[in-house]
Amino acid sequence: MPVSVEHQRLLLIQARNLITNLALPALLTDPEGRLVFFNDAAAAALGRGFEEVGQMPREEWAREIGPFDEQGRPLAADSLALAMALREGHPAQGRFRVRLGEPGLTEVEVSALPLLEPGYFEGALVVFWPVDDAAPGTS
Amino acid sequence: MRVRFWGVRGSVPVPNRSMLGYGGNTSCVEVTLNDGTQLILDAGTGIRELGAAGGERGHTVQVLLTHLHVDHIHGLLFFPPLFDPSSEITVYGPPAPGPNLDQRLARYLSAPLSPVDLRELPARVRFAACPYEAWEVGTARVEAAIVAHRGVTLGYRISEGGASLCYLPDHEPALGAPLADAEPGWISGLGLAAGASVLIHDGQYADDEYPERVGWGHSSVSDAVTFARVAEAERLVLFHHEPIHDDRALDELAERAARSWQAQGGHAEGVSMAVEGQSITL
Repeated sequence: MPVSVEHQRLLLIQARNLITNLALPALLTDPEGRLVFFNDAAAAALGRGFEEVGQMPREEWAREIGPFDEQGRPLAADSLALAMALREGHPAQGRFRVRLGEPGLTEVEVSALPLLEPGYFEGALVVFWPVDDAAPGTS
Repeated sequence: MRVRFWGVRGSVPVPNRSMLGYGGNTSCVEVTLNDGTQLILDAGTGIRELGAAGGERGHTVQVLLTHLHVDHIHGLLFFPPLFDPSSEITVYGPPAPGPNLDQRLARYLSAPLSPVDLRELPARVRFAACPYEAWEVGTARVEAAIVAHRGVTLGYRISEGGASLCYLPDHEPALGAPLADAEPGWISGLGLAAGASVLIHDGQYADDEYPERVGWGHSSVSDAVTFARVAEAERLVLFHHEPIHDDRALDELAERAARSWQAQGGHAEGVSMAVEGQSITL
């Protein structure tokens, strides 16, 4: 019933439309870092579709996916790109290891963009890319 | 609550004889609450006649602007109560980074584009960015949210008693994701429109016109009908008529909208075209 569902704000809706058509793996979070959507390219990297995973609190997806350091130890989330984007409200970049669909850990580059309406903070758009992979169209 | 249409046309006024059945003035809708409080939705050229019809002096009015495109503010300086020192007028508009609402409006409503500057208005006028939280006006609750259009654009919902009016005059919810496939929680404007007694919605384009105008910020009639059905609005009033559509073209669109509405499970009388001068009581 549309009357009772949680309605997203426009910027998140537009960001979802954007990343749905983006060939780069990308995800969206709300202001608390809760995973609210990821696209098909991210699903391919993670080995699972968003329909299987669904929305997920930040602690839960951090536990399942990462980030981890070179020794596979969990990294403090507060210093990472997403946390910076959510806390400081400015774009941030980072490089660390995550658990994707393959065995072991994969080093990824991450860019996080805060989604700011005038006077209202909606969440963040995060793009990630395995460091060893060639970008689409460059190989 | 009583709703009266003073301007129903989109983009530009059309004082053309073949279009006057539906009306040629641009967006302006008057809402009179049960306690007599007056709200005005947008200040297109329709607001001139609304103000002129007001008669007595000493108006207290809230003007709710959806956005600052010219067809929604063109009539503001022709609204007689603004020239009455005993009037008290609050103008709400979309939030934006940088200049305040009055400074943004003054880009158009000042020299050399206008003979009168906003600062010269005799009435007591206050300009304010729309709050994100709902607020009370008279006996009603007003909510605003940013919706899909070109530039920062608000939609409004006014609720009084058990009735609710949703006003989305410039809205393209199908942009980027076909409405039929979208999850309701991820459709622009649906939070405002859900379950509305009356939904006034952009229906600017015929379905065969829309593909050439995707991204212009407006809806096809079919998308407007689908949006209203997904929102479970009780009644849909199509608004912001395309300026090249004469009365005959709009009659045809009305028939198509009624067929589409019925095909999606509604009663034929649940959808209509906005007509200048028409009133609805909720």
